Amino acid sequence: MEIIRTEGLTKRFRDFTAVDHISFSVKKGEIFGFLGANGAGKTTAMKMLCGLSRPTEGKATVAGYDIYSEVREIKRNIGYMSQRFSLYEDLKVWENIRLFAGIYGMDDKTIAEKTDILLEKLELQEQRGRLVRALPLGWKQRLAFSVAIFHNPKIVFLDEPTGGVDPATRRGFWEMIYDASEKGITVFVTTHYMDEAEYCDRVSIMVDGKIEALDTPARLKELYHARNMDEVFHKLARRATRE
Amino acid sequence: MIKFLIEKEFKQLARNPFILCLVIALPCVVMLLFPWATTMEIKHMSLSVVDNDHSAMSRRLIGKIASTDYFDITGNFPDTDIAMESIEYGKSDIIIEIPPDFEKSLTEDRHAVIMVSANAVNATKASMGISYLSMITDSFAAETGLEGSGSGIDLSGGVEISPYYRFNPLLDYKIPMIPALMVLILTLLCGFLPAMNIVGEKETGTIEQINVTPVPKLTFIVGKLIPYWIIGVVAFSLAILVSYLVFGLVPVGSLILLYGVAFIYIFGISALGLIISNYSNTMQQAMFMIFFFIVIIILMSGIFTPVSSMPEWARAIARVNPLTYFADIIKSIYLKGSSLKDVQNELYALLAFFVFIIAWAVFSYRKRE
Repeated sequence: MEIIRTEGLTKRFRDFTAVDHISFSVKKGEIFGFLGANGAGKTTAMKMLCGLSRPTEGKATVAGYDIYSEVREIKRNIGYMSQRFSLYEDLKVWENIRLFAGIYGMDDKTIAEKTDILLEKLELQEQRGRLVRALPLGWKQRLAFSVAIFHNPKIVFLDEPTGGVDPATRRGFWEMIYDASEKGITVFVTTHYMDEAEYCDRVSIMVDGKIEALDTPARLKELYHARNMDEVFHKLARRATRE
Repeated sequence: MIKFLIEKEFKQLARNPFILCLVIALPCVVMLLFPWATTMEIKHMSLSVVDNDHSAMSRRLIGKIASTDYFDITGNFPDTDIAMESIEYGKSDIIIEIPPDFEKSLTEDRHAVIMVSANAVNATKASMGISYLSMITDSFAAETGLEGSGSGIDLSGGVEISPYYRFNPLLDYKIPMIPALMVLILTLLCGFLPAMNIVGEKETGTIEQINVTPVPKLTFIVGKLIPYWIIGVVAFSLAILVSYLVFGLVPVGSLILLYGVAFIYIFGISALGLIISNYSNTMQQAMFMIFFFIVIIILMSGIFTPVSSMPEWARAIARVNPLTYFADIIKSIYLKGSSLKDVQNELYALLAFFVFIIAWAVFSYRKRE
């Protein structure tokens, strides 16, 4: 079953085409890696799917809803973690969880219960009353991801979720992604770490606003006669003309 | 849903000591310092006397003028020309010239004319001086038993002034300024703070996390407005309290009506701040924009200078300026004790502004680029 489907999705800023007629689909429950060099158009494409940016042309449905006319329905069914850490740094850990859970319509009792379970799982009980500002980056990212899936969305969009942390912390983060995936949440993740690409069920590679390749990591390596995803990526990215 | 948003705004405000200090300090400082600084009252004007009568009456009149705080007699001159020179040298502000037959005409015709010349380079000082003088001569005429039809002392050569003291019987020029300063506090506080709010969330990136949620625009904007509304009410109450404790001023009209009108205005002016925040990309941009609008709103509202003396184009701006109406209502409730019925036209104007501006604030908040 397809949970995301796009056809010729395009975004132009004046005469610059950031995303150029991309067509692809994501299956329910998979971990979909959305790769590309900086400036290839990954974030713009993702923002269109999340209802943060209005497409210039093309069609798309997310969780079965149209991205032009049913944006509110889409927003109810997705979670999003942006490239920039965007929880409130001047709120405490539990206050951030409470705020976003509340916005998605959960009641106080459910929020309190689920917060306890979550903090225990994240081993953040002692940090519960700390301001988010005071947490190390790795913890902030884990918290932001947990907040993004707290309301049990159908899809979670992760925009370079592990930027700036060490490999061990990244591995920990990916374990959380697998957990979410096992619960049936579809994961749509952009990254430029090619080792992370190997963890995905399928990956697409964007070059200059277009999708140049889309398949499982194993098939892509075979197709491009590469030993790892890094080589695949370099072979494709060499075609880029954009800065 | 809105409960969580309001809760969040309050937590953020509570962790911002600067804003808390501002909410307390601004009303206190403005109410304690500005009434003295913005007062229209002028004391110790230098007065030169040209007494051509040298009678008991003329000396009594001069003695009476000299006994007030408003005038200091700085010279006696034999004729007007020499007295005029003292104005040119800046030694005196006002000349009073008593004619040779002053006592005679007062006793025989029960009427006399004295000549007053004021240095109108400072027009306010000149007109205030003349109006004080006319009050003094009026009371002098009353003392000397000159009451009755057609009797009294006329000032000639001066500007005709009818002093405003009907609702300010002590002639304390600090008092009319106080309601004006209250509206100034609300405009500054509830205009600037919200203008910094949404744009601040744009700078930290948190707005994106909100935009990706299904929160309706109206809910989000109202959630942002309510904390500023409460800040405004606290600041307004503080200003009322200080004006009572320091100046002994209590509103003549209904306190409920006063608050009711303030509620509407605070919402409106905070929404203006949010609109600016919505259109700005950086704090700096928002800061300059709100500064620009607030200066116009304050200067074109008639709280410092009367709207009636502005040129037509400026009056047109004053007519669409919410502060013009708000200041009018607050002044008349505070000083005259106007009722809801007396201020209803201004109130309608304020309500129209309120509805328009909130709709605009909601409209200008874009969840999608």
